Amino acid sequence: MIEVENLTKYYGNYYALKGVTFSVAKGEILGFLGPNGAGKTTTMRILTCFFPATGGKARVAGFDVFEEPLEVRKRIGYLPENVPLYKDITVEDYLEFAAGIKGVARRDVKNAVTKVMDECVLTDVAYKFIGELSKGYRQRVGLAQALVNDPEVLILDEPTIGLDPRQIIEIRKLIKNLAGRRTIILSTHILPEVSMTCQRVVIINEGKVIAVDTPQNLTAKVQGASRFLVKIDGPSQDVMKELRAINGVERVTRRDEYGNNGVGEYVVEAIKDRDIKRNIAPVIVNKGWALLELRPQEMSLEDIFVKLVTKE
Amino acid sequence: MRNFYLIFKKELKSYFASPIAYVVITMFLILTGYFFYNSFALFSTISFQATVNPMLAKQVGLLNITESVVRPLFGNISVILLLMVPLLTMRLFSEEKKSGTIELLLTYPVTDMQVLLGKFLSCMAVFAIMIALTALYPVLLIVFGQPETGPILTGYIGLFFVGASFVSLGIFASSLTENQIIAATVAFGLLLLFWMISFSASLAGQTFGDILSYISITTHFEGFAKGVVDTEDIVYYLLFITLFLFLTLRILESKKWRG
Repeated sequence: MIEVENLTKYYGNYYALKGVTFSVAKGEILGFLGPNGAGKTTTMRILTCFFPATGGKARVAGFDVFEEPLEVRKRIGYLPENVPLYKDITVEDYLEFAAGIKGVARRDVKNAVTKVMDECVLTDVAYKFIGELSKGYRQRVGLAQALVNDPEVLILDEPTIGLDPRQIIEIRKLIKNLAGRRTIILSTHILPEVSMTCQRVVIINEGKVIAVDTPQNLTAKVQGASRFLVKIDGPSQDVMKELRAINGVERVTRRDEYGNNGVGEYVVEAIKDRDIKRNIAPVIVNKGWALLELRPQEMSLEDIFVKLVTKE
Repeated sequence: MRNFYLIFKKELKSYFASPIAYVVITMFLILTGYFFYNSFALFSTISFQATVNPMLAKQVGLLNITESVVRPLFGNISVILLLMVPLLTMRLFSEEKKSGTIELLLTYPVTDMQVLLGKFLSCMAVFAIMIALTALYPVLLIVFGQPETGPILTGYIGLFFVGASFVSLGIFASSLTENQIIAATVAFGLLLLFWMISFSASLAGQTFGDILSYISITTHFEGFAKGVVDTEDIVYYLLFITLFLFLTLRILESKKWRG
């Protein structure tokens, strides 16, 4: 659906993109991840035909963004960062304007607007001026204008930035519901967002793609050894000793604030490529201590991200 | 066509959703009304004096209502437009650039041309309303005197061309910057320059002087105020409007190649 090939963009002498290549399949949600200034917005602006690239090729829905920008624009919904909207117009008027200009047939405009206001929970503020709305509502208006023509491709630049936690969850839910029929690119520098909503991640730093994979694979790839968090009710000294004695354990550290009496949390790290999952529980149970918790400690995307970015 | 109309409608709405249009139109009417009152009052005073002073009555032009009220009226309106039009045009692109809405607008399936014409004509619509409201003055003249209607009509035709020229230059200035004050200042400065440039015609050499006075907006408006519609003047205004709309289009396009 979207193919990006060796895209470059210079701003004067500054290289914003140095050869970005990736592709997105139909119906996929792609997370576009990177620190601020990595080139996420630049890539999105090229894909939405706001400005052309200095070099390279990009095709959206089969149309070249440079050769046929109007065809591309008809097929995308774009939510720019910071959600720029006209303030001196009501929500309904604005959405009708957006629907019309994006080519929704004249007789369908009312329906499309009603539907999208319903989807984005905007019906209550339909007659309010956009300038009077709170950030959460404005974000939803932004999303609504992107969706109003039922586009095949959605390009969302940091859609959850500046929202409160409840709104963030709502927007994520909304985005997930949109998937399937639509292809979505979503940029963010908030990592959990990616693991929660996206099927594939492109990590970009300083204008270059440094990794493309599923969130799970990325985790597995970067993670060296497996780690487990164990919560045990038992004498700390003995517990540490027993855990260290397990075959394949590299290191055991205690990391809690419970004090020495009874319950303690321990991180057990395995030697690389050794599976210790099955060995921990029996040892503890045999000793007669209470095993309160045992879970694998996965490397979070944060860790992966830092690792990948700092490896450069 | 539909895109153009939608942009036109949206722009027109935002003119009247904010106080801009109301304030500009009100100030414009106060100022033009003031000038109109003065020249009309002066004319009636002189007319009364002329009834007792035959010397005064012999001075050509003084007792001609077209010469002493209608012509100055159009002159004054055009000067006041020079001050007011930049205030109408300054927001057209600057505001979109500053608030970032231009990014959304230009990623909608519209051409730069549709955007530009929509904005241009919405501003022209506000301008037309503004000018239409001044029709009260000539109506008063017709009720209380006998002005020639020809120069009044041509005067309005002239105002229309002058206004369209001002708007096109104003939009051009607005497309240059994201700061509305700068847009208004540049528009006002350039318009004033185009207005006054014929002043230096007498100082320049023959050919250059002719060129300067041809460039000047004033030279081409005088005919209309007198009741003369010259195709040369119309061509001048059409060229002026086309030039600045064309330049604006190039500025909008320049984002494609500027680094």
